[in-house]
Amino acid sequence: MSDTMETQKAAPKTRMAKLWDSDFAWSFRHSPVAVIASLIVVILVLAAIFAPLIAPYNPFDPATLNLMNGFTPPGTPNAFTQETFLLGTDDQGRDVFSTILYGLRISLFVGASAVLLALIIGVVLGLIAAYFGGWVETLIMRIADVQLTFPAILVAMLIFGIAKGITPPEYRNEMAIYVLIIAIALSDWVQFARVVRGAALVEKNKEYVQAARLIGRGSFPIMFRHILPNVLSPVLVIATISLALAIIAEATLSFLGVGAPPTQPSLGTLIRIGQGFLFSGEWWILFFPACTLLALALAVNLLGDWLRDALNPKLR
Amino acid sequence: MSLLTIQDLTVEFPTRRQLFTAVDHASLSVEPGEIHGLVGESGAGKSTIGAAVMGLLERPGRIASGQIKLGGDQISGIDAEAMRELRGKKISMIFQDPLTSLNPLFTVREQLVETIQTHLGGSEAEANKRARDLIDRVGIPDPDTRLDQYPHQFSGGMRQRVVIALALCTEPDVIIADEPTTALDVSVQAQILDLIKELAQERQVGVILITHDMGVIADTTDRVTVMYAGKVVESGTTAQVMGQPQHEYTRSLIAAVPRPTLKLHRFPQISYGGRETRFAVEDMARHWPKVNNDASKQLFEIRNLTKKFLQKRGLLPWDRTYFTAVDDVSFDIRAGEVFGVVGESGSGKSTVARMIAGLYPVDGGSITFDGQLVSDLGNRAVQDEYRKNIQMIFQDPYSSLNPRMRVDEIVAEPIRHHRLMAGSDIRRRVDELLDQVGLGSGAGLKYPHEFSGGQRQRISIARALATQPRFLICDEPTSALDVSIQAQILNILKDLQEHLGLTMLFISHDLPVVRQMCDRVAVMKQGQIVETQDTSDLFLRPKTEYAQELLRLMPKLDDLSTDGLGVEEE
Repeated sequence: MSDTMETQKAAPKTRMAKLWDSDFAWSFRHSPVAVIASLIVVILVLAAIFAPLIAPYNPFDPATLNLMNGFTPPGTPNAFTQETFLLGTDDQGRDVFSTILYGLRISLFVGASAVLLALIIGVVLGLIAAYFGGWVETLIMRIADVQLTFPAILVAMLIFGIAKGITPPEYRNEMAIYVLIIAIALSDWVQFARVVRGAALVEKNKEYVQAARLIGRGSFPIMFRHILPNVLSPVLVIATISLALAIIAEATLSFLGVGAPPTQPSLGTLIRIGQGFLFSGEWWILFFPACTLLALALAVNLLGDWLRDALNPKLR
Repeated sequence: MSLLTIQDLTVEFPTRRQLFTAVDHASLSVEPGEIHGLVGESGAGKSTIGAAVMGLLERPGRIASGQIKLGGDQISGIDAEAMRELRGKKISMIFQDPLTSLNPLFTVREQLVETIQTHLGGSEAEANKRARDLIDRVGIPDPDTRLDQYPHQFSGGMRQRVVIALALCTEPDVIIADEPTTALDVSVQAQILDLIKELAQERQVGVILITHDMGVIADTTDRVTVMYAGKVVESGTTAQVMGQPQHEYTRSLIAAVPRPTLKLHRFPQISYGGRETRFAVEDMARHWPKVNNDASKQLFEIRNLTKKFLQKRGLLPWDRTYFTAVDDVSFDIRAGEVFGVVGESGSGKSTVARMIAGLYPVDGGSITFDGQLVSDLGNRAVQDEYRKNIQMIFQDPYSSLNPRMRVDEIVAEPIRHHRLMAGSDIRRRVDELLDQVGLGSGAGLKYPHEFSGGQRQRISIARALATQPRFLICDEPTSALDVSIQAQILNILKDLQEHLGLTMLFISHDLPVVRQMCDRVAVMKQGQIVETQDTSDLFLRPKTEYAQELLRLMPKLDDLSTDGLGVEEE
C-alpha cells in the first residue's frame, strides 16, 4: 500500500527521473563492478563504431602500408622509418592499434548479430513449444536436446563447412562473415528456447492468459502480446552472457582458420596471426588483441551476472 | 505470571526510500493454556510480531524498541546462538503451508527423532517412543506405518498434524501458529483448530494464533488482539471484542464479515483509513443495453457435463489413465439470477466454470446459452458472439492482469478484439469504465503493480464489463482479498447484478459468502452435484448428508456483533 501512495506523490516526475530513481538504476549505481564493466563495454563499442575516425591508419589500405615498418615494438621509433606506433606493428607493418579497432568491429558485429539471430529463433521456437505442447513441443525440444549433445563449436564448424561447400568461390570471402553469424546462431539458439519454454510454461497457466483466451484472442496474439513480454527478463540475461560466449566462439573459429577471412580480420584472426610470432620476440602482435578480447568478454560477462542478480527479485 | 510478554514492541524495516514501521509499539501477553488470537488484514504487522518473537526477522528488519519476555527472561536482543537454543525448544512455530515446512527428503520419523534428540537429548529408543506417542496424539491413524512415510504421502490436513507434532515434540512453552489453516479445506480446518485447542489445554502451552479469518478467531481463541497498520487497536477476551467491539476499526472489520445466518442487503460501508471508493453503477446502467430478464427463462442449460484430465500419458490409448474432474453435471441458470457452486478444493467447481467459459473443451454433455449450443468450440461464428456475452472475474488479482500491459490496454483489449469501437471512442470508453469502477480515469496510464489487491479486482471488473456482457462468471472473486475489501467487491457485484440485470455464476468454497450472493446454489463433491437448492433453503434445510456436514463445519460467528447490519427480508 505504501508503494501506491508513493507513486501517486511522485507522479509529476519526468520519465528520465523516474528511471534514475528506479530500483534497477539504484542497484546499478551501487554495484562498482557493473559500473566499471559497462564503462568498458561502452568504450569498446564506441571505439568499434568509430574505428575509421579513431584509427591512425587504415590497416587494410595497401597504399598506406610500408613493409619497412614491420615488427616495430610498441612506443619505440622504427629503426628505418623513425615512425612510432602506440602498440607496435605486425609483420606487414600494419599498426596493431588500428587492426584491433577494426577487428573489434568485426567481432562485435558478428557476436551481436549471432546472438540476435539465436534469440529470435530460440524465443519463437520456445514459445511455440510451450504454448502448443503435445507433439510440437516434443519435436522442438528433442531437436534441441540432440543438438546439445554436440559441442557448440563443432556444430558451428559443421555449418561453416557446409556453407563453404555450397557458396561459389568468388563470394566466399564476402559471405564468410554472414556464414559465421548463422553458424554461431544455430549453435546457440537452444538455451534461449529452453529458458523461454520454461518461463512460458509458468506464464501460460496464469489467469491473465486465460482472461485473454476468454476474450477470444488467438494463439499468436496471446503468445506474443501477453506471454512474450513476461518472459523477456531471463532472455535479456542470457542474451548478455551469450554475447560474451558468441564473441569468444567467433574468435575461436577465426583462430582455427574457419572464421573471418584475413581481408576482414576479427580479433580471433589477429590472435591467430600473432601466435606465430609469440616465441620469436614480437609478443605485442598477439598480446594486445588478446587483451582486448579478454577485456570485452569479461566485461560483458560481468554485466550479464549483475543483470541476472538485479532482475531476480529473490536475490534482492 | 504470563508465559510470554511483549511490551511496546516496535519493528522497523529501513529501506532506501523510507523507514517502514511494521509493528508500532505493540504489547500483548499470553497465559499458559491460552490461545491468543492476533487478527488483522494483510500488512497489519501480525506475522512480523510472530517473526520477532521467534528471532526470525528478515533482514533488514530490526527491533527498534520494546521487549519480548519469555517466562520473565528477556529474549529480544539476545545473541543468535542463545536464540537458536530457545527456538524449537521453548518456542516453536506452525507455518501456513505444511508442504514447505517439512523436509521432503526425510521420513516423518527421522524429522521428529532428530528434533527430539537435538533439544532433549536421550537415547534413540526414547526419542522413537516419544515420536510415536506424538503422532498418535495428533490423531494420525496407524502411527507405526505412517511414521516411516515421507511428507508427500500425507494429505494436507495430515501433514499439518505432523507439523503440529513436530512443534510439540520438545515440550515448548509457547507455540506461534501463523495462519495454520489458511491452506486447508473447511472440513480439515475445523479438525486442526480443535486439535490445537485441545493440546493447548492439555499441555498448558500458550498459543499465538495469527490469522486474518474472523471465523477462526471467534471459534478458537480465548483472547484476541486486533491490529491495524502495525498498531494494536483493540485487545481483550474474544467474546468481548467480537461481541462489543469498541474501536471503530474493529467494528468495521466485524461488520464486513459475511454471516452464514443472515443475508445482508449490502455490507455496511464503514470506511476506516479512507479506503472507500465510489463505484458508479448508475452511470453504467444508463448506457447499458436493456436486458429483458424473464425469470422463467433459462439462460443456460447445462446437460451431463463431463471433463476428464489425462493422468498418465501413454502412446497407446489403453495405456493412458484419466481423472474425472467433472462427472455428469447438469443444471440450469435462470436469466437474471446469481447461481452459486460450492465445494471443497478438488470438487470440480472451477473446472465447470472454465468449461462454461470455453477455456476447457468439454469431454461429454452440452452447454446451451440462450438457445444456442456453445460447447462446440469449433463453431467460430457462435463462439465469437458468445464471447461477447460472457466474461469472467478470476480469483487471484495478482495474476489475472498482465503485469507488462498498461491498465488502459488491459481494459481496451476486449473492445479492440471484438471491434466494438474504434479510435478515440475506445479511449473515452476505457476512461469512463475506470472512472465508474472507482479508480479515476488517470489509472489507465499506470501498470497493475501500482495497485492494491482490491483495486486490481476493480480493474478486472472494468475489463469484464467492457463488452457489456449478459453473463458474468466469478471464480472465487474475493478469496484472495482482505475481508473489508471483500465486502466492497461483493457489494459491487450485487450492484452490477441488480442495476445491469447481469446473470452470474458464482464459484466459491466460502459458504457465508455464497449465502450473501446467490439465489440458488449447487453443492459439488468429487466432480458431481449432490444437491441444488434455493440458498435460504440450503442453509436452513439441507437435504443431503454432505451439505449438512459442510454447514456444520462452517464457523458459526453467532457471537459477532451485528450492529449496523442491514438484514434482508427473506
